Amino acid sequence: MKKFIILISLVAFFSCDSKNSSSQEIEVVKFEALEQLMNQDSDKIEVINFWATWCKPCIVELPYFQRLHEQNDNVNVTLISLDFADEFDKKVIPFVEENELTTDIMLLDNIDYNSWISKVDPSWSGAIPATLIINHKTGVRKFFEKEMEEGELEGIVEDLND
Amino acid sequence: MQILKTLLLSTVMLFTLTGERLDGLEVGDKAVNFNLKNIDGSTVSLSTTKSVKGYILVFTCNTCPYSVLYEDRIIALHEKYADLGFPVIAIQPNDPQKSPGDSFTNMQKRAEEKAFPFPYLIDEAQEVTRTYGATNTPHVYILNKLSDDNYRVEYIGAIDNNSRNPQAASKHYVEEAVDNILLGKQISITSTKAIGCTIKWGN
Repeated sequence: MKKFIILISLVAFFSCDSKNSSSQEIEVVKFEALEQLMNQDSDKIEVINFWATWCKPCIVELPYFQRLHEQNDNVNVTLISLDFADEFDKKVIPFVEENELTTDIMLLDNIDYNSWISKVDPSWSGAIPATLIINHKTGVRKFFEKEMEEGELEGIVEDLND
Repeated sequence: MQILKTLLLSTVMLFTLTGERLDGLEVGDKAVNFNLKNIDGSTVSLSTTKSVKGYILVFTCNTCPYSVLYEDRIIALHEKYADLGFPVIAIQPNDPQKSPGDSFTNMQKRAEEKAFPFPYLIDEAQEVTRTYGATNTPHVYILNKLSDDNYRVEYIGAIDNNSRNPQAASKHYVEEAVDNILLGKQISITSTKAIGCTIKWGN
């Protein structure tokens, strides 16, 4: 009986593990991780959205990013949370679960904002929501300091693919 | 010359009509005076207090979590610098239809709760916000009075570099800037950026 329980747990452990490796990453990161994401070599269109659980207009547009992630395999969507790092477990994780977000999520743990905002885009004032969309192959970047309208993301991605 | 003037004027009007945001003021620019309604019903402008050396102008509101985090620090700035000639003027830039928590009544409530020692003005037409080019809250403009009705923008940006914890901030941008102005010295950091809430523009 004991062996059987171990076997069950092992199966459960491995099946969980394989599921995780192919799906969502949720983590607290430093700015270097965001830089890597912006500069990585990838055939996919990189869609990076800056948001926070306290930001009402951000929350309104999150479903558009989730849908883009679900419907377009040629796009890599990452939601960069600007919530405070010590609120990751208390606010960000429950929010992600409640809203069934399955995109990659990084909480950027660096509140010395002036040190990195211009590195994301020189035109960014720091207001959120904001979105950076990159075609790594052509090197073309588009930055939006505004709320996205429904359907707008798809058009931008399509334009960037041309 | 007349043609140039007309052209310039129509460009300005075009921007105003289409609701496009102008680029706003930059460090070194002459500040634009305003007449805005204070929470006590009076009208406040840069000329209301004659004896000042300048102003710490803060675009801030009730509803933005970052504004709330900085409320005590804005009060502290006023308490430290008003007597030295640089009082705070706070301007609430959001459209109350879009952000009901920032209505005039709610501004009055918040100011009373926190006993704001400075004017808290509402920019109903959002023209002052547009003219200055404030993009997020809280957004600070330090104005240095050169002569009567002539103020120069000396600094634009954040209050310090730690929104979460004032004690942990290692750079106090606004204090350093005002201290340097008072000493007649050059300001080392004249503009900074910070994460903040967007301005809620009316239709």
